[in-house]
Formats: sequence, C-alpha cells, structure tokens
Amino acid sequence: MTLIDFANPSRFLSFTDRVLAWLAAATLLAFAFGFSQVIAAPDDYQQGATVKIMFIHVPAAWLGIFAWGLMSVAALGTLVWRHPLADVAAKAAAPIGAAFTLICLITGSLWGRPMWGTYWVWDARLTSVLVLFLMYLGVIALWRTIDDPTRAARAAAVLTLVGAINLPIIKFSVDWWNTLHQPASVLRLGGPTIHPALLVPLILMAVAFMLLFLTLHLAAMRNEIMRRRLRTLQMLQARAAAGH
Amino acid sequence: MNLGPHAAFIVTAYAAATVIVAGMIAWVTLDRRQLTRELDDLEARGVTRRSQRAGEDAP
Repeated sequence: MTLIDFANPSRFLSFTDRVLAWLAAATLLAFAFGFSQVIAAPDDYQQGATVKIMFIHVPAAWLGIFAWGLMSVAALGTLVWRHPLADVAAKAAAPIGAAFTLICLITGSLWGRPMWGTYWVWDARLTSVLVLFLMYLGVIALWRTIDDPTRAARAAAVLTLVGAINLPIIKFSVDWWNTLHQPASVLRLGGPTIHPALLVPLILMAVAFMLLFLTLHLAAMRNEIMRRRLRTLQMLQARAAAGH
Repeated sequence: MNLGPHAAFIVTAYAAATVIVAGMIAWVTLDRRQLTRELDDLEARGVTRRSQRAGEDAP
C-alpha cells in the first residue's frame, strides 16, 4: 500500500482502526516516561520549581502553532486539489489546536504571575498567541455556520491561509519587538541555550504531546468521516421519504 | 518533591492542562459513540450507501 492509498477515506478509516490503539498506548508510555523525567528534573537557578510549568507550556505552544501549520497545508489540499480528506484533516485539527493554544495561554499566565508579577501583559508574543486562539475559534465557528461541508471547507481554507501570516509573527515577535516574554531558547539558529538537565525532559514531553496530538487528530478525523457518511445517509433517507 | 513557594501555580497549571486534555479525549470518545449509534440506527432501517449495497450484492 502506497501513501496515496490513504487519501481514500475508506482505506484511511481501516488504517486508523489499526493504528489508533497502538498510538494511544505509545502516548501513555511517552507521558509516563516524560513525567518521570519532569519530576527528576532539577529546579532552575533563578526560577526555582516554577520551571516545571515549562514542560507543559512550551510543547502546548509548539502544538498550537503546528496545528495551524498543518491546517494551512490541508487548506492548500482543499483549494488546489479539492481533496475531501484535506477538508477532514483541517476541520479535525482546529479544536485540538485551539485546546493546545488554550493550555499554552493558561499555563503561561500561571507561570507569568510568580515570575513577572502579572498574569497578563499585552506584549507581542502573548498578544499574537491570543490572536491565534481567537482565529481557531473563528475557523471552528465558520465550519459550524455553513451546512455544506464542501463550501465550508473552502471558506475555512481561505481564512486558515490568511491566518497563517500570524505564525511567523508569533515565532519572531520576541526578536522583532521588545517583549516581556523571553527570546527563543530551544528552536534557534545557535542551538538551545537550556541546560541539558532541563532540555531532555522538555524534548521528552514534546514527543509525548506530539503523540497525543496525532492520536486525537486521527480519532477526530475518523469521527469527521463518519459524520459525513451520516449526513449522506440522512440525505438519502430524506430523498427516499420525499419519493424521489 | 518540594515545589517551593509557588507550588499553587505549578499544580494549577498541570491541573488545567489535565482538564483540557481530558476534555479533548471525552469529546472525541463521546462524539464517536454518538455517530456510531446514529449510523447503526440508519443502517438498521435499511438506509445504506450505494458502495455498501454494491459490496453486499457482489458474489
């Protein structure tokens, strides 16, 4: 079976049925190992134990951005190739991306209060991430507003591609403007500036979060394919009832 | 494990993340359960897709 075969919704369903349980198990194992390393990680010399918030805040932030990037690629699949599985992938990713962005905002606030003395400040990084969260809500609302999934997919795809402009703004906001938020310390040209004792648990938690994202995304995509089948059957039933 | 003077912030952050992740898992699970029930209900009433009927009619 080649990669292109998975573009068929029925084959994709049988593929997800086969891999989801394994993916969920791998996610659980990755979190168990990740948390054991988080507990064992030393305190930061300046921040003390509050650095432990980083192990959930940073992976959630990465996934919030990654999910919108994935939706942008899917949006191209919708607009250029008009592939229904691209619509499904984009629609399923939106609530998950929104949830990870919300985790990022809440944990960032709770980290900011003891470190900065405030839960919130309107600096470029925090504001651009809040904009990302609001854009997620906008895309979800758009999907729910238009009944026809094909029309909804095209409208959502355009909004997604416009919203993708925010991704480099989020990434480089700490370089372009003077922000309270610290500059990049992991994904940077000169390499990570975090001590390996904190970097290793962070990477392990990021792997666990990514596996969680993949599990939830595949499960949500499977649900969306089922929802479309249900819609088709309901339309067939309505047509039969109307005597056509 | 000693979480220091800001333990409440750390615990609340992990609790909030857990609640949101649990919410996502519940959403996906309950959604699938409801969709499966509705699809089974329609198929039990004889409403099937053309591709399904073709598969059933095949020798």
